[in-house]
This record gives sequence, C-alpha cells and structure tokens, in this order.
Amino acid sequence: MATPEKIGAKRLVVGAHYGVGDFMIQRITAVILAVYTLILLVGILVMPGFTFEGWRALFTFKLGVFPMGQVLATLAFLSLCWHAWIGVRDIWMDYVKPVSLRLGLQVLTILWLIGSLVYFAVIIWGA
Amino acid sequence: MSDRARKPRPQFRNIGIAQILSYRLPLAGRLSILHRVSGALLFLLLPVLILPLFAMSMTPAGFQAFSVIVGFTLVKLMFLVLIWAYLHHFCAGIRYLMLDSHHGLGKYAAQKSAGVVFGASLGLTLVFALKLFGAW
Repeated sequence: MATPEKIGAKRLVVGAHYGVGDFMIQRITAVILAVYTLILLVGILVMPGFTFEGWRALFTFKLGVFPMGQVLATLAFLSLCWHAWIGVRDIWMDYVKPVSLRLGLQVLTILWLIGSLVYFAVIIWGA
Repeated sequence: MSDRARKPRPQFRNIGIAQILSYRLPLAGRLSILHRVSGALLFLLLPVLILPLFAMSMTPAGFQAFSVIVGFTLVKLMFLVLIWAYLHHFCAGIRYLMLDSHHGLGKYAAQKSAGVVFGASLGLTLVFALKLFGAW
C-alpha cells in the first residue's frame, strides 16, 4: 500500500503555480522599493541643504567610474514596474470579467509600464 | 420540473458598485481598499505626472521652477495627494509584509496595526503638508 504522504509528491496537482511566484515577486520588489525609499530619504537628510546638485547626485553619484546612482535607480524602477504590473493585473482580474476586455487592459498596462521604463531610463541616464 | 414554478432564490453577491458608499468596512478593510486605490493612482499618474516632474527636477532650470510652481495652492494639493498615496502605500505595504511573515495576525493585533498605519501615513502626510504650506 502506498504511503499517503507520498501521494502527489512529484505530481503537479493543479494550475501553473505562477501565482506563488507572483506573490513572492510582489513582496520582494516591495522590500527593494522600501529599502530604496529609505536610501533616498537618508540621502536627502544628510544633504547639506536641499540643492539641485545634491538632488541630482542622489541619482547620478559614482563609485569610482561605476554609475552607482543610476544603476540603483534603474534597478528600483524595474522593481517598481514589476510590482505595479502584478498589482494592476490583480485589479483587472478582480473587477474585469470579460476576457477580451481584461486582456486588452492587461496589454495596455504592460505598454504603459514599458513606456514609463523607457522614459525613466532616458531621464536618469541622460541626466 | 417544479423548480421552474418556484420563485428565484435570493442571491447574496459580493459588494456591488452601488453599495460602495453605504458599505461599512472595518478599519483594516478601509486600509486595504485605500492600498489598492493609492497603488492604482500612482500607476496611472506615473508617466503623465510623476515622471515629467522628475524629468523637470533633473535640469537646473526645472529645479528652480519648482520653487515657483509650488507657490500655487492647486500644485501644493496635487503634490499632497501624491505624497499621501505614496506614504499610505508604503506604510500599509510594510504592514502586509509583517502579516505575510505571520506577525500580528490576531483580530485585535490586526485592527491595532491598521490604526497604527493610518496614524503613521496620515501623520507623515500632515508633516509634508505643513512643510508645503510653509509652516516652517
């Protein structure tokens, strides 16, 4: 007789299991964004007077030749886009039932976020 | 087929759009729906307001212009809405991370933390409001 606890151990019972991944990504990107928010906050607080140079340096400071400020900001913004995608997709899944409309809104959401990402990259790397 | 003759059984669906204002939510419920509202607002305003303002702040002339445009009350209020949305989403998000790691899941603990989040996010928004309206 098979031991009950082994049943299904190697079997995918149901679903694609992307929900767990999205749940985790939502939380991980949230932590990244919270940490980056605190980094910016500390940066602003240690700034001697709130000046343009200080503000710009928050996003463009370098470690040697490495553009640390830009890389951090870009990573944070990537997290933001991924986080927003999961959150907004959940809103559509909760409130919009017709599949075609939901799919259309999801596509628009992705375009909205990719557009934002490109815009952000232009701002931050051109600064 | 006696079912056909019967009156349709009453159905109790999820909250409908017409009930939104009359539906009484507990504090944690209000926190939750505002988490969604603030997230949606930040998403919608991202490329049409937040990023243009950020782009503006990255040029010397644009940065200078902020001290002028922030003089308008309407602009102050707009900034305040953005600030509130971010702070609410930030504070409520930290509470959700806490709940996800099984801290404060009890009924009273969860109610209390919802109150703490409202206190923190609204308190911080008030600090920003005082700063924006030139209290110091």
